[in-house]
Amino acid sequence: MMTLKQSRRLQSVLLGSLSWVIAALIFFPIFWMVLTSFKTEIDAFATPPQFIFTPTLENYLHIQERSDYFHFAWNSILISFSATILCLLIAVPAAYSMAFFETKRTKGTLLWMLSTKMLPPVGVLMPIYLLAKTFGLLDSRIALIVIYTLINLPIVVWMIYTYFKDIPGEILEASRLDGATTRQEIFKVLIPICKGGLASTALLSLILCWNEAFWSLNLTSSNAAPLTALIASYSSPEGLFWAKLSAVSTLACAPILIFGWISQKQLVRGLSFGAVK
Amino acid sequence: MKTSAKVLLAGTCLTLTLTLCNSASAGDVTIATVNNSDMIRMQRLSKTFEEQHPDIKLKWVVLEENVLRQRLTTDIATKGGQFDVLTIGMYEASLWGAKGWLKEMDNLPASYALDDVFPSVRDGLSVDGKLFALPFYAESSITYYRKDLFQAAGLTMPERPTWTQISEFADKLTDKSKEQYGICLRGKAGWGENMALISTVANSFGARWFDEQWKPQFDQPEWKDALNFYVNVMKKDGPPGASSNGFNENLALFNSGKCAIWVDASVAGSFVTDKSQSKVADSVGFTYAPHEVTDKGSAWLYSWALAIPTSAKNDKDARAFTEWATSKEYAALVAKTDGVSNVPPGTRASTYTDEYKKAAPFANITLESLKAVTPKAPTLKPVPYVGIQLVTIPEFQQIGTNVGQQFSAALVGSTTVDAALTQAQSATVRDMKRAGYPKKG
Repeated sequence: MMTLKQSRRLQSVLLGSLSWVIAALIFFPIFWMVLTSFKTEIDAFATPPQFIFTPTLENYLHIQERSDYFHFAWNSILISFSATILCLLIAVPAAYSMAFFETKRTKGTLLWMLSTKMLPPVGVLMPIYLLAKTFGLLDSRIALIVIYTLINLPIVVWMIYTYFKDIPGEILEASRLDGATTRQEIFKVLIPICKGGLASTALLSLILCWNEAFWSLNLTSSNAAPLTALIASYSSPEGLFWAKLSAVSTLACAPILIFGWISQKQLVRGLSFGAVK
Repeated sequence: MKTSAKVLLAGTCLTLTLTLCNSASAGDVTIATVNNSDMIRMQRLSKTFEEQHPDIKLKWVVLEENVLRQRLTTDIATKGGQFDVLTIGMYEASLWGAKGWLKEMDNLPASYALDDVFPSVRDGLSVDGKLFALPFYAESSITYYRKDLFQAAGLTMPERPTWTQISEFADKLTDKSKEQYGICLRGKAGWGENMALISTVANSFGARWFDEQWKPQFDQPEWKDALNFYVNVMKKDGPPGASSNGFNENLALFNSGKCAIWVDASVAGSFVTDKSQSKVADSVGFTYAPHEVTDKGSAWLYSWALAIPTSAKNDKDARAFTEWATSKEYAALVAKTDGVSNVPPGTRASTYTDEYKKAAPFANITLESLKAVTPKAPTLKPVPYVGIQLVTIPEFQQIGTNVGQQFSAALVGSTTVDAALTQAQSATVRDMKRAGYPKKG
């Protein structure tokens, strides 16, 4: 007969194993992409797939020779960080007002904001393209920053709103009694309490901006093209260049993967806990 | 204000300022192109052009074919002016040229030798005798087969096989236990995917897309014969999951030794004979695309060409580049740096020297196929349209893809050949009626 302790241990081992299996399944495509990037083209589409092969750096050298990787990476960094900062600057006051000065239309407004995420981007391609053309913003970073800010705003407002809602009103009342102005209330009370949540929201926004491909492919050509455009340039309908495509994808994913790795503690803490729990 | 907030604001100002510093300068020529070996080579060798023209700086936008088509269509229709040089096919050249969206390629210098360009390619890029794009390379469709497998089975591939013969060979060469399939053909739905191949099969069986009054013809027996043939041979001797296979997937299958016969674009000739890509490089044979009741329209014609949109910001420099990249001088440069077999094929008679034909064993078949194509008469019966594997009308992208989806479903087995043809007929009749065909006047 299994004791309670043994049963719990078995449960923990099973759950642990299951988590490892799921993690391995999720990670496998990334692992395979990195592995393929070190293969020759003939090894890349070999059947059965090869795990053991002679690694080569020729794909990375080819990319270095053909494309200015750092130009694309710099655009990705500038666009993603700018859009995220702009998004937070708009979302924090919006969420503050919705969380602490709720009206009968607040819930409806929040739902309406989120509903804009359901619109297929291609449905507004022509109007946005024409607007960008009229304002001379085609192939400019500003166009992408504005669009990414607007795309991510609903989800960022929602997330910050839920963090703010977790803060007991008494804390804000206490700060007001101490004579805090609205600005002090936000900067000295709210933001320090919610910094974990804000950091995870910012990181999520950053990842969404980094990975966005539809608008970056449609609105940029050379000057403002980010890494997603670089990946697209290695996709070929005539010719098998899977190893090169894997190499460029690895290079495009690497910065955001490293950044996510470094800040994963903040991300997990922010996503799994409320502001004051 | 707390220090962190100040840092945040300062960072915002800095990044927004940096974003402004990316304007294009005069002398920049932005070229939109596709990612394939010939175009990437052009990008690499264009440094020579920049050395010859120090005032011109080339900027490259390389995109996947479908994305490129969507980007260019959006840009040219809105006169966005993002690109100075466009890489387009014959379909776009005809439609956009007629709409006045492309600059005419007139007054070419004598050194360009326009007469050296094959008439079929020139005609495909012209509207009413006006040339709207300069051809970079052209391709037809040919048959690739495994000489070793044919020899082992005691078979001989005729120079001009029929589809019936191809089917018989495929039957004899299929050994599914060894993952060896008799035939590989495109099955992925799309006007430029399965419909390119199926249209040539249909032409060979005497079928046509429309009659002289623009009435769709899928209810005619020729289409039934052609589609039944395609579906049956693929089900019997094709690879599993053929409905997902386009050019690249079939190339991977052929190069890994899993296909005995493959009918597709002649551009694959250099890939299947390249030892760094192909396991069967030494045993590939080449012959003409199969025919059946007619050889009219049995091989397609396609060309990637360079054009200049009327919205181009730097059309003078763009013109200089398009002339250089499609010239004899460029062909000579490729031959010198990358070898004669890598010269862009199918556009100029002067390319087909004895040296070239020796280096590229598929060159002669490609050349003869290109010479024989008749886009204005793609099958036995007369047609109101121009095009072999496509119909040069704006509605064709949608119609072709709809029909392609029906035929792909028939290949999967989720519908029958008869039902797919009925559905294709009714959908095309509806689309053509909506588009106002037959056009009056």
